[in-house]
Amino acid sequence: MSARPNDYAAYPDANGRFGMFGGQYVPETLMPLVHDLTAAWGAAKTDPAFKAELDGYLKHYVGRPSPLYFAERLTKHFGGAKIYLKREELNHTGSHKINNCMGQILLAMRMGKTRIIAETGAGQHGVAAATVCARFGLPCIVYMGAVDVERQKPNVFRMNLLGAEVRPVTSGSATLKDAMNEALRDWVTNVEDTYYLIGTAAGMHPYPEMVRDFQAVIGREVREQIMEAEGRLPDAIMACIGGGSNAIGIFHPFLADEGVKLIGVEAAGEGMDTERHAAAINGGRPGVLHGNMTYLLQDTEGQITEAHSISAGLDYPGIGPEHSWLHDVGRATYLTATDLESLDAYKLCAELEGILPAIESAHALARVGDVARDVGKDGIVVLNLSGRGDKDVATVAAHLGMRI
Amino acid sequence: MSTSRIDARFAALKAEGRAGFVAYVMAGDPDYATGLAILKGLPGAGADLIEVGFPFSDPMAEGPPIQRAALRALGEGMTLSKTLEMIAEFRQGDQTTPIILMGYANPLVSRGFEAFAREAAAAGVDGLIVVDIPPEEAGPLADALDAAQVSLIRLATPTTDDERMTVVVRRTSGFVYYVSVAGVTGVKEADAAVVAPHVTRVRKASGLPVAVGFGIKTPERAAAIARVADAVVVGSALVDEVALAAELNEDVTSRVLSKVESLSKAVRSARVGQTTTV
Repeated sequence: MSARPNDYAAYPDANGRFGMFGGQYVPETLMPLVHDLTAAWGAAKTDPAFKAELDGYLKHYVGRPSPLYFAERLTKHFGGAKIYLKREELNHTGSHKINNCMGQILLAMRMGKTRIIAETGAGQHGVAAATVCARFGLPCIVYMGAVDVERQKPNVFRMNLLGAEVRPVTSGSATLKDAMNEALRDWVTNVEDTYYLIGTAAGMHPYPEMVRDFQAVIGREVREQIMEAEGRLPDAIMACIGGGSNAIGIFHPFLADEGVKLIGVEAAGEGMDTERHAAAINGGRPGVLHGNMTYLLQDTEGQITEAHSISAGLDYPGIGPEHSWLHDVGRATYLTATDLESLDAYKLCAELEGILPAIESAHALARVGDVARDVGKDGIVVLNLSGRGDKDVATVAAHLGMRI
Repeated sequence: MSTSRIDARFAALKAEGRAGFVAYVMAGDPDYATGLAILKGLPGAGADLIEVGFPFSDPMAEGPPIQRAALRALGEGMTLSKTLEMIAEFRQGDQTTPIILMGYANPLVSRGFEAFAREAAAAGVDGLIVVDIPPEEAGPLADALDAAQVSLIRLATPTTDDERMTVVVRRTSGFVYYVSVAGVTGVKEADAAVVAPHVTRVRKASGLPVAVGFGIKTPERAAAIARVADAVVVGSALVDEVALAAELNEDVTSRVLSKVESLSKAVRSARVGQTTTV
């Protein structure tokens, strides 16, 4: 890689590549649609009217800006750097997912599309997609692995209440990757009227770039808020990583600030010494799936292997291509946290701060003590609290051996 | 040289004034031995060309029949290496029937394009179709295949307009595969009247024979397509026979081959008595 310092924000290149990662590995039937989308997104992103419309909905419907909150008791507990939480869990629908959905639904309507499809793992993206579809009166079909339908029942019911049809996917491992396969099969079948609202910064170009840009509102706000609170940029920014949209959203506005460490936390499941994890960068190698080249969990023959995480939102064998690239060029660091470490962090955050974090976000919380101590007492760490944890109480109870 | 097997077969078909029948089978479905027996029996049952699918865990453009076939094969330990072994075994007894490998990018990326192309050529593979490598991403693969003299077969679809067609047919050889419906394999039905003008369009843009597939399940439908295309591909209906034979406790090989016979017969006789050639 020959990327110069401060040059990171120039990616992807014209071919949708972040170094060797990204690209457009899709069936020929979809290529014209992907090109249409690239053109429509290219026009929208430079259109002041599009930005004004999106900003309006983000403010009045989503509830932005989300607060940047000094977590005093967590800070004291770990005894290191000051820990700030970016409160994305306070957004409408309870996670960062709505930022992207609001942007994409406006784009879909601009393109004249009349039917929305989406995939979901934990159901947070499905709920956000169903929400914007309800708001703008468009039919919404959400593909969800049958295993996830079972472990995230409240979110399935929420989607139904919002008028979306949830289609359980039983093929393959019946989790997020299979939901994405099924959504792609729907799109290739309904090429005239359908818009595929991908929930993370992965898939074929332009999705990784587009979803990142919609989520970058998180990092832009953090920049302003931390300057106001501390008069300087933070020493480290942390986020959990499944596909990696909340992480790239908070990282991206800081890529050029080499003094700001960017730290992603992947799901180590039952441990990195087992095969039951979902850490694509720490436990995978580059390959092609769902339209892009990126780090993937796979066997020696290139078959995709099943991911495992207590968190349905991180239970995916791949990762967004920009993260693969930031890892390879060394601009970001990717740590891991196990199921048990994340459960402990979930409880700690609840007890010390009065905030139930999403079990996804709890993966980042599981490493925040290490990072805060590493940065040291005079330092500042910002952690993206990407979602709220009410949806996870049944999972947490089960792991604590309790019935609720 | 391997490319010539495809060219020679289409030249022979043209001389006979008929369309070719292309049988798609999933390598190692339901197991290696049976898969090999089916492969060996296909030319005798009337397959003019053979497409051999190599299984992938996440086949995003396949309908349920081929998804299930891939899972059966993977469950029996089928791999890309074993697929090539199987083709090499087939080649020992058949030097003329073209073999086209069909599948998804990641097993090839995992192997490395150069190594794969060399091994494929050595095994007797004539062409390759990769569903999720469009022309935009095909450069490195095309280079490797060119060096090994294996044809890169391209897919054209109902969403391919004239402008894009010039991109699609670049660096392709052997034939072009026209996907007759927008959708996954084995679900929607192909309509010969709708397909015909597209076949003409693809043929004109590529200067190559055009095979039509996706959504062709019955001898009647195959015959209708055979009147307008240079070759007819049937896949899902054949792999469904594998599942059905297992369910009915029948011999898988004979059940698949008898389906191939009925389909190829329909294709062979489709243009008999037809005065105009296509």
